[in-house]
Amino acid sequence: MEYMLLFYQPTSDFAERADPAKAGDYMAGWMSYVQAVQEAGIVKSGAGLQAPATATTLRVSEGKRRVQDGPFADAKEQLGGFFIIDVPDLDTALTWAARAPCAATGGVEVRPALPPRA
Amino acid sequence: MGGATPAATAAAVARDSYGRLIAYLAARSHDIAAAEDALGDAFAAALKHWPVDGVPDAPEAWLLTTARRRLHDRWRHGRVKAGAEETLRIVFGELATVAPEAQFPDERLKLMFVCAHPAIDPAARSALMLQTVLGLDAARIASAFLVAPATLAQRLVRAKTKIRAAGIAFEVPREDEWLERLADVLEAIYAAYGTGWDDVAGTDPRTSGLAQEALTLAAMLARLVPDAAEAWGLVALIAFCQSRAAARRNAAGDYVPLAAQDPARWDGELLAVAEAALKQAAALGVPGAFQIEAAIQSAHTQRRLGASVPQGTIVALYDALVALQPTIGARVSRACALGEAEGAAAGLAALATLAAADVGGYQPYWAALAHLAAAAGRTETARAARERAVGLSTDPAVRRFLLRETERR
Repeated sequence: MEYMLLFYQPTSDFAERADPAKAGDYMAGWMSYVQAVQEAGIVKSGAGLQAPATATTLRVSEGKRRVQDGPFADAKEQLGGFFIIDVPDLDTALTWAARAPCAATGGVEVRPALPPRA
Repeated sequence: MGGATPAATAAAVARDSYGRLIAYLAARSHDIAAAEDALGDAFAAALKHWPVDGVPDAPEAWLLTTARRRLHDRWRHGRVKAGAEETLRIVFGELATVAPEAQFPDERLKLMFVCAHPAIDPAARSALMLQTVLGLDAARIASAFLVAPATLAQRLVRAKTKIRAAGIAFEVPREDEWLERLADVLEAIYAAYGTGWDDVAGTDPRTSGLAQEALTLAAMLARLVPDAAEAWGLVALIAFCQSRAAARRNAAGDYVPLAAQDPARWDGELLAVAEAALKQAAALGVPGAFQIEAAIQSAHTQRRLGASVPQGTIVALYDALVALQPTIGARVSRACALGEAEGAAAGLAALATLAAADVGGYQPYWAALAHLAAAAGRTETARAARERAVGLSTDPAVRRFLLRETERR
Protein backbone atom coordinates (compact mmCIF):
# COMPACT_ATOMS: atom_id res chain seq x y z
CA MET A 1 0.00 0.00 0.00
CA GLU A 2 1.11 3.53 -0.66
CA TYR A 3 1.30 5.95 2.24
CA MET A 4 2.23 9.59 2.35
CA LEU A 5 4.43 10.62 5.24
CA LEU A 6 3.85 14.32 5.88
CA PHE A 7 6.61 15.83 7.99
CA TYR A 8 5.33 18.58 10.24
CA GLN A 9 7.97 20.76 11.82
CA PRO A 10 7.98 23.56 14.39
CA THR A 11 9.36 27.02 13.63
CA SER A 12 12.53 26.12 15.52
CA ASP A 13 13.28 23.34 12.99
CA PHE A 14 13.03 25.78 10.08
CA ALA A 15 15.20 28.27 12.00
CA GLU A 16 17.88 25.62 12.57
CA ARG A 17 17.89 24.79 8.90
CA ALA A 18 18.51 28.47 8.06
CA ASP A 19 21.20 29.01 10.70
CA PRO A 20 24.67 28.32 9.21
CA ALA A 21 25.96 27.31 12.65
CA LYS A 22 23.28 24.65 13.10
CA ALA A 23 22.34 23.67 9.57
CA GLY A 24 25.12 21.07 9.35
CA ASP A 25 23.87 18.91 12.22
CA TYR A 26 20.29 19.46 11.20
CA MET A 27 20.84 18.37 7.62
CA ALA A 28 23.03 15.42 8.65
CA GLY A 29 20.11 13.99 10.64
CA TRP A 30 17.76 14.29 7.69
CA MET A 31 20.26 13.05 5.13
CA SER A 32 20.83 9.80 6.99
CA TYR A 33 17.08 9.30 7.34
CA VAL A 34 16.46 10.03 3.66
CA GLN A 35 19.24 7.66 2.71
CA ALA A 36 17.83 4.89 4.90
CA VAL A 37 14.36 5.27 3.38
CA GLN A 38 15.79 5.26 -0.13
CA GLU A 39 17.98 2.25 0.50
CA ALA A 40 14.94 0.35 1.75
CA GLY A 41 13.62 0.62 -1.80
CA ILE A 42 10.17 1.81 -0.73
CA VAL A 43 10.20 5.41 -2.01
CA LYS A 44 7.76 6.35 -4.77
CA SER A 45 8.50 10.05 -4.48
CA GLY A 46 9.29 12.75 -2.00
CA ALA A 47 10.81 16.15 -1.41
CA GLY A 48 11.93 18.53 1.25
CA LEU A 49 10.19 21.88 1.09
CA GLN A 50 11.44 25.41 1.53
CA ALA A 51 10.38 27.36 4.60
CA PRO A 52 6.66 28.15 5.15
CA ALA A 53 7.41 31.85 4.61
CA THR A 54 8.02 31.03 0.94
CA ALA A 55 4.53 29.57 0.55
CA THR A 56 1.71 31.15 -1.40
CA THR A 57 -1.89 30.07 -0.90
CA LEU A 58 -4.54 30.43 -3.53
CA ARG A 59 -8.31 30.17 -3.28
CA VAL A 60 -10.85 30.82 -6.00
CA SER A 61 -14.05 32.41 -4.79
CA GLU A 62 -16.79 33.86 -6.95
CA GLY A 63 -14.59 33.27 -9.96
CA LYS A 64 -11.79 35.39 -8.58
CA ARG A 65 -8.36 34.20 -7.66
CA ARG A 66 -7.44 35.19 -4.15
CA VAL A 67 -3.75 34.84 -3.63
CA GLN A 68 -2.33 35.10 -0.18
CA ASP A 69 1.16 35.19 1.19
CA GLY A 70 1.94 32.28 3.53
CA PRO A 71 0.98 28.64 4.13
CA PHE A 72 -2.58 27.27 4.02
CA ALA A 73 -3.11 27.05 7.76
CA ASP A 74 -1.65 29.27 10.43
CA ALA A 75 -0.43 26.47 12.69
CA LYS A 76 2.47 26.03 15.09
CA GLU A 77 3.82 23.18 12.99
CA GLN A 78 4.16 23.43 9.25
CA LEU A 79 4.72 20.96 6.45
CA GLY A 80 8.45 20.65 5.85
CA GLY A 81 8.56 17.76 3.42
CA PHE A 82 6.99 14.47 2.41
CA PHE A 83 7.61 10.97 1.16
CA ILE A 84 5.28 8.62 -0.64
CA ILE A 85 6.33 5.12 0.30
CA ASP A 86 5.08 1.69 -0.70
CA VAL A 87 4.97 -0.69 2.29
CA PRO A 88 2.74 -3.64 3.26
CA ASP A 89 0.78 -2.07 6.11
CA LEU A 90 0.20 0.85 8.46
CA ASP A 91 2.57 -0.39 11.14
CA THR A 92 5.46 -0.54 8.70
CA ALA A 93 4.64 2.99 7.56
CA LEU A 94 4.50 4.11 11.21
CA THR A 95 7.89 2.53 11.84
CA TRP A 96 9.39 4.62 9.04
CA ALA A 97 7.56 7.73 10.26
CA ALA A 98 9.02 7.27 13.74
CA ARG A 99 12.55 7.42 12.33
CA ALA A 100 12.12 10.89 10.81
CA PRO A 101 14.04 13.51 12.82
CA CYS A 102 10.94 15.70 13.05
CA ALA A 103 8.96 12.90 14.76
CA ALA A 104 10.64 14.09 17.96
CA THR A 105 10.29 17.85 17.35
CA GLY A 106 6.99 18.13 15.49
CA GLY A 107 5.13 15.13 14.14
CA VAL A 108 4.50 12.95 11.12
CA GLU A 109 1.07 12.40 9.60
CA VAL A 110 0.71 9.05 7.88
CA ARG A 111 -2.03 8.81 5.28
CA PRO A 112 -2.88 6.01 2.89
CA ALA A 113 -2.98 7.13 -0.74
CA LEU A 114 -6.09 6.45 -2.79
CA PRO A 115 -5.60 3.29 -4.83
CA PRO A 116 -4.70 4.04 -8.47
CA ARG A 117 -7.67 4.16 -10.84
CA ALA A 118 -8.00 1.27 -13.21
CA MET B 1 -26.09 -32.53 16.56
CA GLY B 2 -28.52 -34.82 18.39
CA GLY B 3 -32.11 -33.71 18.61
CA ALA B 4 -31.36 -29.99 18.68
CA THR B 5 -33.58 -27.90 16.44
CA PRO B 6 -31.88 -26.11 13.52
CA ALA B 7 -32.54 -22.76 15.16
CA ALA B 8 -31.03 -23.92 18.45
CA THR B 9 -27.99 -25.27 16.64
CA ALA B 10 -27.55 -21.99 14.79
CA ALA B 11 -27.82 -20.12 18.08
CA ALA B 12 -25.25 -22.41 19.70
CA VAL B 13 -22.80 -21.98 16.83
CA ALA B 14 -23.36 -18.23 16.94
CA ARG B 15 -22.57 -18.19 20.65
CA ASP B 16 -19.50 -20.40 20.47
CA SER B 17 -17.97 -19.50 17.13
CA TYR B 18 -19.07 -16.02 16.12
CA GLY B 19 -15.78 -14.36 17.02
CA ARG B 20 -13.69 -17.10 15.43
CA LEU B 21 -15.68 -16.93 12.20
CA ILE B 22 -15.49 -13.11 12.01
CA ALA B 23 -11.80 -13.14 12.87
CA TYR B 24 -11.07 -15.73 10.20
CA LEU B 25 -13.01 -13.87 7.49
CA ALA B 26 -11.73 -10.42 8.48
CA ALA B 27 -8.11 -11.54 8.74
CA ARG B 28 -8.28 -12.47 5.07
CA SER B 29 -10.49 -9.73 3.65
CA HIS B 30 -9.20 -6.97 6.01
CA ASP B 31 -12.79 -5.75 6.03
CA ILE B 32 -14.56 -6.33 9.34
CA ALA B 33 -17.84 -4.75 8.25
CA ALA B 34 -18.01 -6.92 5.13
CA ALA B 35 -17.15 -10.01 7.19
CA GLU B 36 -19.98 -9.20 9.62
CA ASP B 37 -22.47 -8.66 6.81
CA ALA B 38 -21.45 -11.88 5.09
CA LEU B 39 -21.68 -13.91 8.30
CA GLY B 40 -25.06 -12.34 9.02
CA ASP B 41 -26.24 -13.47 5.60
CA ALA B 42 -24.85 -16.95 6.27
CA PHE B 43 -26.80 -17.24 9.52
CA ALA B 44 -29.96 -16.11 7.73
CA ALA B 45 -29.34 -18.75 5.06
CA ALA B 46 -28.82 -21.38 7.76
CA LEU B 47 -32.16 -20.59 9.36
CA LYS B 48 -33.76 -20.99 5.94
CA HIS B 49 -31.97 -24.15 4.76
CA TRP B 50 -31.28 -26.19 7.88
CA PRO B 51 -34.94 -26.84 8.79
CA VAL B 52 -35.43 -28.23 5.24
CA ASP B 53 -32.13 -29.94 4.45
CA GLY B 54 -31.19 -30.85 8.00
CA VAL B 55 -28.36 -29.47 10.10
CA PRO B 56 -25.00 -30.13 8.39
CA ASP B 57 -22.40 -32.29 10.14
CA ALA B 58 -20.04 -29.36 10.48
CA PRO B 59 -22.27 -26.31 10.97
CA GLU B 60 -19.34 -23.94 11.51
CA ALA B 61 -17.72 -24.94 8.23
CA TRP B 62 -21.07 -24.63 6.45
CA LEU B 63 -21.46 -21.08 7.75
CA LEU B 64 -17.89 -20.23 6.86
CA THR B 65 -18.26 -21.51 3.31
CA THR B 66 -21.54 -19.65 2.85
CA ALA B 67 -20.16 -16.42 4.30
CA ARG B 68 -17.05 -16.70 2.14
CA ARG B 69 -19.22 -17.10 -0.96
CA ARG B 70 -21.21 -14.00 0.02
CA LEU B 71 -18.01 -12.02 0.51
CA HIS B 72 -16.72 -13.18 -2.82
CA ASP B 73 -19.96 -12.26 -4.63
CA ARG B 74 -19.96 -8.86 -3.05
CA TRP B 75 -16.41 -8.19 -4.16
CA ARG B 76 -17.13 -9.39 -7.67
CA HIS B 77 -20.27 -7.32 -8.05
CA GLY B 78 -18.71 -4.32 -6.40
CA ARG B 79 -16.49 -1.97 -8.28
CA VAL B 80 -13.34 -3.98 -7.93
CA LYS B 81 -10.32 -2.16 -9.21
CA ALA B 82 -8.20 -4.00 -11.73
CA GLY B 83 -5.13 -3.89 -9.50
CA ALA B 84 -7.04 -5.27 -6.55
CA GLU B 85 -8.37 -8.30 -8.37
CA GLU B 86 -5.12 -10.18 -8.16
CA THR B 87 -5.02 -9.66 -4.40
CA LEU B 88 -8.59 -10.82 -4.10
CA ARG B 89 -7.90 -13.95 -6.08
CA ILE B 90 -5.12 -14.79 -3.66
CA VAL B 91 -7.28 -13.98 -0.64
CA PHE B 92 -10.23 -16.02 -1.80
CA GLY B 93 -8.11 -18.74 -3.26
CA GLU B 94 -6.79 -19.29 0.22
CA LEU B 95 -10.28 -19.25 1.66
CA ALA B 96 -11.42 -21.80 -0.88
CA THR B 97 -8.75 -24.26 0.19
CA VAL B 98 -10.27 -24.63 3.66
CA ALA B 99 -11.85 -28.06 3.62
CA PRO B 100 -15.37 -27.99 5.05
CA GLU B 101 -14.50 -30.44 7.79
CA ALA B 102 -11.16 -28.87 8.61
CA GLN B 103 -10.65 -26.91 11.78
CA PHE B 104 -10.02 -23.37 10.66
CA PRO B 105 -7.27 -21.45 12.45
CA ASP B 106 -8.17 -19.21 15.37
CA GLU B 107 -7.46 -15.62 14.35
CA ARG B 108 -9.17 -13.93 17.27
CA LEU B 109 -5.90 -12.77 18.79
CA LYS B 110 -5.07 -10.91 15.55
CA LEU B 111 -8.54 -9.40 15.58
CA MET B 112 -8.09 -8.21 19.17
CA PHE B 113 -4.75 -6.61 18.31
CA VAL B 114 -6.36 -4.86 15.36
CA CYS B 115 -9.27 -3.59 17.47
CA ALA B 116 -6.89 -2.16 20.08
CA HIS B 117 -4.41 -0.72 17.57
CA PRO B 118 -3.11 2.70 18.64
CA ALA B 119 -4.29 4.10 15.30
CA ILE B 120 -7.90 3.35 16.32
CA ASP B 121 -9.93 5.92 18.24
CA PRO B 122 -9.43 4.88 21.91
CA ALA B 123 -13.13 5.46 22.58
CA ALA B 124 -13.99 2.78 20.02
CA ARG B 125 -11.50 0.06 21.01
CA SER B 126 -13.28 -1.90 23.71
CA ALA B 127 -16.63 -1.55 21.99
CA LEU B 128 -15.12 -2.77 18.74
CA MET B 129 -13.69 -5.80 20.50
CA LEU B 130 -16.97 -6.63 22.19
CA GLN B 131 -18.80 -6.35 18.92
CA THR B 132 -16.43 -8.27 16.70
CA VAL B 133 -14.93 -10.86 19.03
CA LEU B 134 -18.02 -11.59 21.13
CA GLY B 135 -20.69 -10.59 18.66
CA LEU B 136 -22.48 -8.25 21.07
CA ASP B 137 -24.94 -6.05 19.25
CA ALA B 138 -24.21 -2.35 18.99
CA ALA B 139 -27.35 -1.21 20.82
CA ARG B 140 -26.43 -3.22 23.89
CA ILE B 141 -22.81 -2.01 23.89
CA ALA B 142 -24.00 1.55 23.39
CA SER B 143 -26.21 1.50 26.46
CA ALA B 144 -23.47 -0.13 28.49
CA PHE B 145 -21.01 2.59 27.53
CA LEU B 146 -23.69 5.21 28.16
CA VAL B 147 -23.51 6.66 24.68
CA ALA B 148 -26.29 7.07 22.16
CA PRO B 149 -26.54 4.00 19.90
CA ALA B 150 -26.21 6.23 16.84
CA THR B 151 -23.00 7.75 18.21
CA LEU B 152 -21.49 4.37 18.96
CA ALA B 153 -22.60 2.90 15.65
CA GLN B 154 -20.91 5.80 13.88
CA ARG B 155 -17.75 5.34 15.94
CA LEU B 156 -17.65 1.63 15.12
CA VAL B 157 -18.23 2.22 11.42
CA ARG B 158 -15.45 4.82 11.41
CA ALA B 159 -13.09 2.42 13.19
CA LYS B 160 -13.80 -0.41 10.76
CA THR B 161 -13.36 1.90 7.79
CA LYS B 162 -10.06 3.11 9.23
CA ILE B 163 -8.82 -0.46 9.69
CA ARG B 164 -9.56 -1.25 6.05
CA ALA B 165 -8.51 2.08 4.51
CA ALA B 166 -5.35 2.63 6.53
CA GLY B 167 -4.17 -0.91 5.89
CA ILE B 168 -3.78 -2.01 9.50
CA ALA B 169 -2.25 -5.47 9.37
CA PHE B 170 -4.15 -8.45 10.80
CA GLU B 171 -1.09 -9.71 12.54
CA VAL B 172 0.21 -10.38 15.96
CA PRO B 173 2.69 -7.51 16.27
CA ARG B 174 6.45 -7.91 16.09
CA GLU B 175 8.26 -8.85 19.23
CA ASP B 176 9.50 -5.34 20.05
CA GLU B 177 5.95 -3.94 19.95
CA TRP B 178 4.22 -6.96 21.32
CA LEU B 179 4.19 -6.10 25.02
CA GLU B 180 3.02 -2.54 24.53
CA ARG B 181 0.27 -3.61 22.17
CA LEU B 182 -0.81 -6.44 24.45
CA ALA B 183 -1.08 -3.85 27.20
CA ASP B 184 -3.48 -1.90 24.95
CA VAL B 185 -5.60 -4.99 24.42
CA LEU B 186 -5.70 -5.68 28.17
CA GLU B 187 -6.59 -2.04 28.89
CA ALA B 188 -9.44 -2.16 26.40
CA ILE B 189 -10.86 -5.29 28.05
CA TYR B 190 -10.43 -3.75 31.48
CA ALA B 191 -12.24 -0.62 30.28
CA ALA B 192 -15.14 -2.78 29.14
CA TYR B 193 -15.16 -4.44 32.55
CA GLY B 194 -15.03 -1.10 34.34
CA THR B 195 -18.11 0.01 32.47
CA GLY B 196 -19.98 -3.04 33.69
CA TRP B 197 -18.56 -2.71 37.21
CA ASP B 198 -19.76 0.87 37.59
CA ASP B 199 -23.24 -0.55 37.57
CA VAL B 200 -22.62 -1.63 41.15
CA ALA B 201 -26.15 -2.75 41.79
CA GLY B 202 -26.13 -5.06 38.80
CA THR B 203 -29.74 -4.06 38.39
CA ASP B 204 -29.24 -1.77 35.47
CA PRO B 205 -30.46 -3.82 32.50
CA ARG B 206 -28.26 -1.77 30.22
CA THR B 207 -25.02 -3.02 31.73
CA SER B 208 -25.92 -6.39 33.23
CA GLY B 209 -23.75 -9.03 31.68
CA LEU B 210 -21.10 -6.70 30.29
CA ALA B 211 -18.81 -7.52 33.22
CA GLN B 212 -19.29 -11.20 32.42
CA GLU B 213 -18.48 -10.58 28.75
CA ALA B 214 -15.26 -8.82 29.73
CA LEU B 215 -14.27 -11.82 31.83
CA THR B 216 -14.96 -14.12 28.88
CA LEU B 217 -12.82 -11.90 26.66
CA ALA B 218 -9.96 -11.81 29.20
CA ALA B 219 -10.04 -15.58 29.66
CA MET B 220 -10.03 -16.09 25.90
CA LEU B 221 -7.05 -13.76 25.53
CA ALA B 222 -5.14 -15.53 28.31
CA ARG B 223 -5.66 -18.87 26.59
CA LEU B 224 -4.44 -17.39 23.29
CA VAL B 225 -1.28 -15.94 24.89
CA PRO B 226 -0.67 -18.32 27.80
CA ASP B 227 2.86 -16.98 28.40
CA ALA B 228 1.67 -13.43 29.09
CA ALA B 229 1.55 -13.08 32.87
CA GLU B 230 -0.49 -9.88 32.77
CA ALA B 231 -3.21 -11.55 30.70
CA TRP B 232 -3.70 -14.07 33.53
CA GLY B 233 -3.39 -11.18 35.99
CA LEU B 234 -6.33 -9.47 34.29
CA VAL B 235 -8.40 -12.66 34.39
CA ALA B 236 -7.65 -12.94 38.12
CA LEU B 237 -8.46 -9.30 38.82
CA ILE B 238 -11.76 -9.36 36.97
CA ALA B 239 -12.77 -12.70 38.51
CA PHE B 240 -11.97 -11.44 42.04
CA CYS B 241 -13.99 -8.26 41.54
CA GLN B 242 -16.80 -10.11 39.87
CA SER B 243 -16.97 -12.67 42.71
CA ARG B 244 -18.05 -9.86 45.02
CA ALA B 245 -20.61 -8.36 42.65
CA ALA B 246 -23.64 -9.57 44.61
CA ALA B 247 -22.19 -8.68 48.01
CA ARG B 248 -21.81 -5.01 47.16
CA ARG B 249 -25.47 -4.38 47.98
CA ASN B 250 -27.60 -5.55 50.89
CA ALA B 251 -31.17 -6.76 50.65
CA ALA B 252 -32.41 -3.16 50.80
CA GLY B 253 -30.19 -2.20 47.86
CA ASP B 254 -27.81 -0.18 50.02
CA TYR B 255 -24.08 0.07 49.37
CA VAL B 256 -21.93 -2.29 51.46
CA PRO B 257 -18.22 -1.39 51.73
CA LEU B 258 -15.74 -4.23 51.21
CA ALA B 259 -14.79 -4.56 54.90
CA ALA B 260 -18.45 -4.98 55.87
CA GLN B 261 -19.38 -7.48 53.15
CA ASP B 262 -20.56 -10.95 54.10
CA PRO B 263 -17.94 -13.36 52.66
CA ALA B 264 -20.64 -16.01 52.34
CA ARG B 265 -22.14 -13.89 49.57
CA TRP B 266 -18.93 -13.97 47.52
CA ASP B 267 -19.00 -16.35 44.57
CA GLY B 268 -16.76 -19.30 45.50
CA GLU B 269 -16.50 -20.59 41.96
CA LEU B 270 -15.25 -17.28 40.61
CA LEU B 271 -12.84 -16.97 43.53
CA ALA B 272 -11.36 -20.33 42.57
CA VAL B 273 -11.02 -19.17 38.95
CA ALA B 274 -9.31 -16.01 40.19
CA GLU B 275 -6.87 -17.81 42.48
CA ALA B 276 -5.96 -20.30 39.74
CA ALA B 277 -5.33 -17.49 37.24
CA LEU B 278 -3.22 -15.59 39.74
CA LYS B 279 -1.15 -18.69 40.45
CA GLN B 280 -0.66 -19.22 36.71
CA ALA B 281 0.48 -15.60 36.34
CA ALA B 282 2.87 -15.80 39.28
CA ALA B 283 4.47 -18.96 37.87
CA LEU B 284 5.56 -16.96 34.80
CA GLY B 285 7.65 -14.70 37.02
CA VAL B 286 6.88 -11.41 35.27
CA PRO B 287 5.11 -9.10 37.71
CA GLY B 288 2.73 -6.41 36.49
CA ALA B 289 0.03 -4.03 37.63
CA PHE B 290 -2.95 -6.31 36.98
CA GLN B 291 -1.28 -9.12 38.93
CA ILE B 292 -0.55 -6.83 41.87
CA GLU B 293 -4.12 -5.54 41.89
CA ALA B 294 -5.35 -9.12 41.76
CA ALA B 295 -3.04 -10.05 44.63
CA ILE B 296 -4.52 -7.19 46.67
CA GLN B 297 -7.98 -8.55 45.96
CA SER B 298 -6.80 -12.00 46.96
CA ALA B 299 -5.51 -10.68 50.29
CA HIS B 300 -8.90 -9.10 50.98
CA THR B 301 -10.62 -12.44 50.48
CA GLN B 302 -8.60 -14.12 53.27
CA ARG B 303 -11.51 -13.17 55.52
CA ARG B 304 -13.56 -15.85 53.80
CA LEU B 305 -11.31 -18.52 55.30
CA GLY B 306 -11.73 -17.06 58.77
CA ALA B 307 -8.30 -15.41 58.71
CA SER B 308 -7.86 -11.70 59.27
CA VAL B 309 -7.03 -9.46 56.33
CA PRO B 310 -3.21 -9.10 56.19
CA GLN B 311 -3.10 -5.28 56.21
CA GLY B 312 0.71 -5.08 56.11
CA THR B 313 0.84 -7.26 53.00
CA ILE B 314 -1.76 -5.09 51.32
CA VAL B 315 0.28 -1.94 51.99
CA ALA B 316 3.38 -3.63 50.55
CA LEU B 317 1.41 -4.60 47.43
CA TYR B 318 0.15 -1.04 47.02
CA ASP B 319 3.74 0.20 47.39
CA ALA B 320 4.69 -2.06 44.48
CA LEU B 321 1.68 -0.91 42.46
CA VAL B 322 2.43 2.79 43.03
CA ALA B 323 6.07 2.21 42.07
CA LEU B 324 4.86 0.66 38.80
CA GLN B 325 1.92 2.97 38.11
CA PRO B 326 1.76 6.10 40.28
CA THR B 327 -1.83 6.81 39.32
CA ILE B 328 -4.02 8.90 41.58
CA GLY B 329 -6.29 5.90 42.16
CA ALA B 330 -3.43 3.66 43.30
CA ARG B 331 -2.10 6.34 45.64
CA VAL B 332 -5.47 7.00 47.26
CA SER B 333 -5.99 3.25 47.73
CA ARG B 334 -2.52 2.95 49.25
CA ALA B 335 -3.36 5.70 51.75
CA CYS B 336 -6.51 3.79 52.77
CA ALA B 337 -4.51 0.57 53.21
CA LEU B 338 -1.94 2.46 55.28
CA GLY B 339 -4.77 3.82 57.42
CA GLU B 340 -5.97 0.28 58.12
CA ALA B 341 -2.49 -1.06 58.82
CA GLU B 342 -0.87 1.74 60.80
CA GLY B 343 -3.71 3.96 61.91
CA ALA B 344 -5.66 6.89 60.52
CA ALA B 345 -2.81 9.39 61.04
CA ALA B 346 -0.53 7.43 58.68
CA GLY B 347 -3.29 7.27 56.07
CA LEU B 348 -3.96 11.00 56.35
CA ALA B 349 -0.26 11.75 56.00
CA ALA B 350 -0.17 9.72 52.76
CA LEU B 351 -3.23 11.55 51.44
CA ALA B 352 -1.59 14.88 52.28
CA THR B 353 1.21 14.16 49.79
CA LEU B 354 -1.23 14.23 46.85
CA ALA B 355 -1.41 17.41 44.81
CA ALA B 356 -4.63 19.35 45.29
CA ALA B 357 -5.02 19.78 41.55
CA ASP B 358 -5.05 16.00 41.04
CA VAL B 359 -7.72 15.21 43.61
CA GLY B 360 -10.18 18.09 43.25
CA GLY B 361 -12.75 16.10 41.26
CA TYR B 362 -11.73 12.60 42.34
CA GLN B 363 -14.52 11.16 44.49
CA PRO B 364 -12.54 8.29 46.09
CA TYR B 365 -10.02 10.80 47.51
CA TRP B 366 -12.74 12.71 49.34
CA ALA B 367 -14.42 9.52 50.54
CA ALA B 368 -11.05 8.27 51.85
CA LEU B 369 -10.30 11.61 53.52
CA ALA B 370 -13.72 11.60 55.16
CA HIS B 371 -13.22 8.07 56.46
CA LEU B 372 -9.69 8.60 57.78
CA ALA B 373 -10.35 12.07 59.25
CA ALA B 374 -13.38 10.73 61.11
CA ALA B 375 -11.29 7.86 62.50
CA ALA B 376 -8.67 10.39 63.64
CA GLY B 377 -11.33 12.47 65.39
CA ARG B 378 -11.00 15.40 63.00
CA THR B 379 -14.75 15.87 62.77
CA GLU B 380 -14.81 19.12 60.84
CA THR B 381 -12.41 17.91 58.11
CA ALA B 382 -14.38 14.67 57.87
CA ARG B 383 -17.69 16.48 57.48
CA ALA B 384 -16.41 18.79 54.74
CA ALA B 385 -14.74 15.92 52.86
CA ARG B 386 -17.86 13.77 53.08
CA GLU B 387 -19.93 16.58 51.64
CA ARG B 388 -17.49 16.88 48.76
CA ALA B 389 -17.58 13.10 48.22
CA VAL B 390 -21.37 13.10 48.12
CA GLY B 391 -21.31 15.91 45.61
CA LEU B 392 -18.95 13.96 43.36
CA SER B 393 -20.76 10.59 43.58
CA THR B 394 -22.58 9.35 40.52
CA ASP B 395 -24.11 6.31 42.21
CA PRO B 396 -27.26 7.05 44.27
CA ALA B 397 -26.58 4.13 46.63
CA VAL B 398 -23.07 5.40 47.40
CA ARG B 399 -24.52 8.87 47.95
CA ARG B 400 -27.08 7.42 50.38
CA PHE B 401 -24.33 5.52 52.19
CA LEU B 402 -22.19 8.63 52.63
CA LEU B 403 -25.12 10.77 53.77
CA ARG B 404 -26.05 8.18 56.37
CA GLU B 405 -22.46 8.23 57.66
CA THR B 406 -22.80 11.98 58.08
CA GLU B 407 -25.93 11.61 60.19
CA ARG B 408 -24.28 8.96 62.33
CA ARG B 409 -21.35 11.16 63.26
